[in-house]
Amino acid sequence: MSEAQIIPLLPVEELERRRRREYSETPQLWQILDAVMDPEIPVISLYELGVLQNISIVDEIVHLVMTPTYIGCPAMNIMEEDARAALLAEGYDRVVLETQLAPAWTTAWLTPVARQKMAAYGVAAPEDDIARCPQCASTNVAVISEFGSTACKALYRCEDCREPFDLFKAI
Amino acid sequence: MKGLSDTARFVVRLGDDSLIMGHRVSEWASRAPFLEEDLGLTNVALDFVGRARMFYQYAAEIVGGGCTEDTFAFQRDVRDFTNLLLVELPRGDFAFTIARQFLYDAYISPYFGALKNSTDARLSAIAGKAGKETTYHLRRGREWMLRLGDGTTESHERMQKALDELWGYTAELFEVDALEESLISEGVAVDSRLLREQWLSTVSTTLGEATLQVPTTAWSVNGGRTGYHTESLGYLLAELQFMQRAYPGLRW
Repeated sequence: MSEAQIIPLLPVEELERRRRREYSETPQLWQILDAVMDPEIPVISLYELGVLQNISIVDEIVHLVMTPTYIGCPAMNIMEEDARAALLAEGYDRVVLETQLAPAWTTAWLTPVARQKMAAYGVAAPEDDIARCPQCASTNVAVISEFGSTACKALYRCEDCREPFDLFKAI
Repeated sequence: MKGLSDTARFVVRLGDDSLIMGHRVSEWASRAPFLEEDLGLTNVALDFVGRARMFYQYAAEIVGGGCTEDTFAFQRDVRDFTNLLLVELPRGDFAFTIARQFLYDAYISPYFGALKNSTDARLSAIAGKAGKETTYHLRRGREWMLRLGDGTTESHERMQKALDELWGYTAELFEVDALEESLISEGVAVDSRLLREQWLSTVSTTLGEATLQVPTTAWSVNGGRTGYHTESLGYLLAELQFMQRAYPGLRW
């Protein structure tokens, strides 16, 4: 056994999702949706969030596959409306949406770029068993509430810089 | 709702539990002890209502025709609802709401864990999704049990009183009728009888840490699964269904 063994850290389903985009026959559709942001964290696109699973054209109809983040998340409806509007603006007026429940959405699908953007926006990105203040990067933090401004976030306070902040929960 | 298939009836039960629990928790909106907890409660309520939608949407697809998720939520009367009695009880004080939530989450968490193995792919997917959120609900509930149970004299007394009042309604969680027996044999449903020991262990451990007593209540009631409810469900539905009753077919 060689000493340097590469272990893939990406979940298999996330690898497949990235490949679907890489080998897509309609890359322009993915690009259109790159402009559609999460309404709650408007610096992260649906693709970066992991909500956009696939987009393709079958018989002149656009097939959009999305997976919900949280079941009761009201932003899901906004995301669908925004995606449809973006596609319509580019002339794609026939769009069928398929909601995919399994595999269940996980924060493990968030790209490193998305995590950086999230932190820059002021929302702490999910990390395993650790919470880091997005302002000063301290890990000396305390939980205020398991639920923050939305279901996907918890409310924390940094004990060093004293700023309260939202943490995007790892699920 | 006569003539539903066994699977549809089972799915509607899970939807009813979720919707009624979600509605009860939502009653706290703007009335919680403090702002952060108000957000917490309304987010939990949102999770439960979202969960109800997934179950009802699936049931509506099985039924077909013009049936939608709204048909189940808004166009059935109290005797057609098949939720557990535990979830329909009035919200009571904050201790009662938290205790009820904790007892239910400690049950539904392993329930969803088992339902993930259902031979029904859709139920398995919903359970996988809902189970993740339940982990957070349970963690939050546990922390509140500790804080209130091992808190002031008053918070301890209120929490113990809530548990004593609720305990008789928990037996129903672990009862299985002919419908579920048949679906369990097909691998679709979960045999909740097998979850009681784990539930009791989770609950006893937390109550012990919270300096609370596991109730020794001798009585227990059931009836939710057959439509025999407490008087409070009718009042809840009167509020929940008002708009659709007053303006049938109303859309936002």
